[in-house]
Amino acid sequence: MKVLVPVKRVVDYNVKVRVKSDGTGVDIANVKMSMNPFDEIAIEEAVRLKEAGTATEVIAVSAGLAGCQETLRTAMAIGADRGILIETDAELQPLAVAKLLKALVDKEQPKLVVLGKQAIDDDANQTGQMLAALLGWPQATFASKVMIAGDKATVTREVDGGLETLEMSLPAIITTDLRLNEPRYATLPNIMKAKKKPLDTVTPDALGVDVAPRLKTLKVAEPAKRQAGVKVADVADLIAKLKNEAKVI
Amino acid sequence: MSEYIAPIRDMQFVLKELAGLEQVAQLPGCEEATPDLVDAVLEEAAKFAEGVLSPLNIPGDQEGAKWHDKAVTMPKGFKEAYQQFSENGWTALACEPEFGGQGLPKVVNACVTEMWKSANHAFSLCPLLTTGAIEALVLAGSDALKATYLEKMVSGEWTGTMNLTEPNAGSDLAAVRSKAEPQGDGTYKIFGQKIFITYGEHDMADNIIHLVLARTPTAPEGVKGISLFVVPKFMVNADGSLGARNDVHCVSIEHKLGIHASPTAVLAFGDNGGAVGYLVGEENRGLEYMFIMMNAARFGVGLEGVADGERAYQRAVTYARDRVQGPDIGVRGGGKVAIINHPDVRRMLMNMRCQVEATRALAYVVGAAHDAAVHHPDPETKKQNQAFVDLMIPVVKGWSTEVGVDVATTGVQVHGGMGFIEETGAAQHLRDVRISTIYEGTTGIQANDLIGRKMAREGGATIKAVIGTIRALDAELAKQSGGKSGEHFAVIRSRLTTGVNALEQAADWIVANYGKDVRAVSVGAVPFLWLFGIVAGGWQMARAALVAQARIDGGDVDAFYVSKIVTARFFADHQLSRAEGLASTVIEGGAGALALEESAF
Repeated sequence: MKVLVPVKRVVDYNVKVRVKSDGTGVDIANVKMSMNPFDEIAIEEAVRLKEAGTATEVIAVSAGLAGCQETLRTAMAIGADRGILIETDAELQPLAVAKLLKALVDKEQPKLVVLGKQAIDDDANQTGQMLAALLGWPQATFASKVMIAGDKATVTREVDGGLETLEMSLPAIITTDLRLNEPRYATLPNIMKAKKKPLDTVTPDALGVDVAPRLKTLKVAEPAKRQAGVKVADVADLIAKLKNEAKVI
Repeated sequence: MSEYIAPIRDMQFVLKELAGLEQVAQLPGCEEATPDLVDAVLEEAAKFAEGVLSPLNIPGDQEGAKWHDKAVTMPKGFKEAYQQFSENGWTALACEPEFGGQGLPKVVNACVTEMWKSANHAFSLCPLLTTGAIEALVLAGSDALKATYLEKMVSGEWTGTMNLTEPNAGSDLAAVRSKAEPQGDGTYKIFGQKIFITYGEHDMADNIIHLVLARTPTAPEGVKGISLFVVPKFMVNADGSLGARNDVHCVSIEHKLGIHASPTAVLAFGDNGGAVGYLVGEENRGLEYMFIMMNAARFGVGLEGVADGERAYQRAVTYARDRVQGPDIGVRGGGKVAIINHPDVRRMLMNMRCQVEATRALAYVVGAAHDAAVHHPDPETKKQNQAFVDLMIPVVKGWSTEVGVDVATTGVQVHGGMGFIEETGAAQHLRDVRISTIYEGTTGIQANDLIGRKMAREGGATIKAVIGTIRALDAELAKQSGGKSGEHFAVIRSRLTTGVNALEQAADWIVANYGKDVRAVSVGAVPFLWLFGIVAGGWQMARAALVAQARIDGGDVDAFYVSKIVTARFFADHQLSRAEGLASTVIEGGAGALALEESAF
């Protein structure tokens, strides 16, 4: 069973992002980039499936600038067998990424695609769902536990009310939540081996996908600065304020 | 509480743009170290340092290593962290591929070593000492010893120690008294007591391989009669499995100012009939082999100055941003501001920053020269690099650690009263780095080595070459003095010129007078080491500024480059400016130090 894992190169979670002065986006020039943390969990899960003998090959995919190669090497250092870079300098929105991934799925024929539930840069939380729809495959999002047996996947999902367990047939889409696993630290020998693993590059054109953005960003602004709070005298005062000032109850 | 974040950007800058990683990667045997691989190694090492080692730093300091019944229990979490550290292959990074190592260059090892040390100084000593022991065995061990021990030490399954010091043999190793009695079967029985043995006993690995200095019965007195032995904690069977407990026991560990999680053992050899030892190399050449280990270990300890300084700096910056105290100076009616806005706090932070960056730059440049000294195909280049490394090791060790203490103490000062309170964590860096100017040869020993063996003995040839190289930078600095950052470069240029002149004057005086009045010259040894460190650091900062300006001129908008030029300028005004004073102390300072009779003290 092949497993495909898309990984996104995002601004590192330690970086404090700044909005560009012209309001067109955030400034990502010269900031530290790393793999989207949810995607690290996805890679880890796929590698564990391989170590358990369930998966035979783990393919990491990334779409974007040439720098995404580094992210793919990181995935291969964790244990992915090979990488595919869909190289483009175009702005990629979730639908475009889903279409690119569909084209690769058609080509590679994996039984399972494991994605991070969302990326920490745009927090869109859409790519996995869109890919499932485009492929007509079942999906289990926000997974906190995955079991594969034969042609079935049993997935425990984190939902608002608690946990939900789904069974679906393969091929299928899974998106990962934080508690699915704790990604390993790459070992030095694997970091060195990752350099020698195959990494192919394709373009959106070659895959026959039009990645033109469908959404237009009007303006990006810093969130309003938080106002100083007030001390309330008692519960009655608090309720009055919630009712009359905040107007939330 | 501020956590450690590895300064990868500055490390990459120094590696690639000052230390010449690309050239290092062209050396035979170093081909693996391509820039993209090194980036990946740094990224993953940083994750490990930040995620596993750093969180254990404060708890390890508070709990400390504990001794009971001749055994040592490490603080909670250390054993698991060490297992993960070795399983992930970090112990093998720079070791020979022949014994399971990855064979990466020393300059790359310097970066990750700095990370381990910043994240957790006490932890980092275990792999550091093991690496030293490995190097001695690779250099002088018999094939049998290599086959028995090296692979397990490289993999980190077993750790190593260096057993030099005895109660009456500290800096003076000629006084070593431990005995080694030949048994007629090629083995020896070792008797004696060793003190200050870092990681001499612990519970993180299955076996500990002690390298021990001792005298055979027929050995001549003094340093020429010392031999080196391997003494394993557990005997190793022919099939590689562990056998009987050897007669070496930890009778206590020390209570120390810092590095509380690092067990400093007193080891008793031979209390129950003799510890089995195996000779390394030839009899009476032990000190020579030990010095091979010492050079690597001295370089590693030099990195501690950089590493603890970096951590102290990061903590001080976090605190200074957070702590609101007083209005902006010179602003009437303004609100209260974070102390980072106060000029004196700025000065302290800049002083910390510029010294950390300068010591890092110098250390990595020396690390890269070490790689060239080992691997370069041209014998002449090889020789020159080795001479440069030999000259600079005492500077990297002595100056960087003295600077580390200065940076860590400034870190406490930035915290004000809170820095004196353990809870802020600022004091730990000062307590931890304080040992670095002492072990592996005190600053005084480094400085004596520098002026004696490394300068006077060769008539100052290598240091003159270095001075020439520094001077050669002047033309480039002159060109930049008219540019956009012209004012900064003009200052850097003039301070570097004054500094290098002072260095030359002091060096010439030392070489001329070493034979005539070694006592007076020796008074100036440590001030000279400071002088050399500051000028060499200023040299690297000037190079850094030139590279940064070239990047800016090429259209790079990374703010890192602007900061680098400003930091180099600060170093020039606040550190290089000390050079002339230090030179006059070197030249004039002997008389006052030696004039009083001993009875006057």
